[in-house]
Amino acid sequence: MATRNRLDVAESASVSVVRFRDAKIIDPETIQELGQELFDLIDKDQRHKLVLNFANVEFLSSAALGKLITFEKKAKRESATIILTNISPEIYQVFAITNLDKLFQIKDTEADALAVL
Amino acid sequence: MTSSNHQFAKQETLPSSLAAYHDFVDDVIGRLGAAGWGDSDLFAIRMALEESISNAIRHGNREDPAKQVEVECRGDARSFWIRVCDEGDGFQPEDVPNCCDDDRLEVPGGRGLALMRAYMTKMQYNDRGNCLTMEKVRHIAS
Repeated sequence: MATRNRLDVAESASVSVVRFRDAKIIDPETIQELGQELFDLIDKDQRHKLVLNFANVEFLSSAALGKLITFEKKAKRESATIILTNISPEIYQVFAITNLDKLFQIKDTEADALAVL
Repeated sequence: MTSSNHQFAKQETLPSSLAAYHDFVDDVIGRLGAAGWGDSDLFAIRMALEESISNAIRHGNREDPAKQVEVECRGDARSFWIRVCDEGDGFQPEDVPNCCDDDRLEVPGGRGLALMRAYMTKMQYNDRGNCLTMEKVRHIAS
């Protein structure tokens, strides 16, 4: 079982539901560690259906967005599917301003994501 | 509540460390919250502070410990003004590609400028491109 500092991961047969532990994703160290833990889900744990639940996230910087974009590109290369859920209106606006609502698959709830995975 | 009750001005010299400016940001957000600004506006201003100061440290001063970031701001119940200056060579914001174009969505960097532009009422760099001035005017429902 991997030790994770930034993520809580609930795993079912084929889907991993990921929750972020940090309410604010700003610090470079936090972003780096969080990115590595996401990458490990694909590289080490061989998970290819991922739900990223943003319910705990109150704020994130553009550097955090950059890490999510890098992860999305990796997921695409590895034929993994990621769906973002439970995004607050403020955070959703960040995605909309930067047009990332077009890049990421976003659903309202975990249940909505699980229904299409 | 009058604006003068919550008027503040703040000036600080910050080191070029990405770990050293969060107390400053939290203090400004706390003062604006006390002045009556709502959560949505505070989120917007926090984003502008985060992106402008981290850009100054990362891209302006290139995290050189010999260089500093000068931050000056003032605010009250109706408006917030801030200037962030670094000791770098500066840049021309119009030379930065638009991160939000459809063919650049997968480029990881460059979203800070778009976010500051969207969230603040005014945003302007000096000619050298090492000082950023921003202002946000609060919309108060009558």
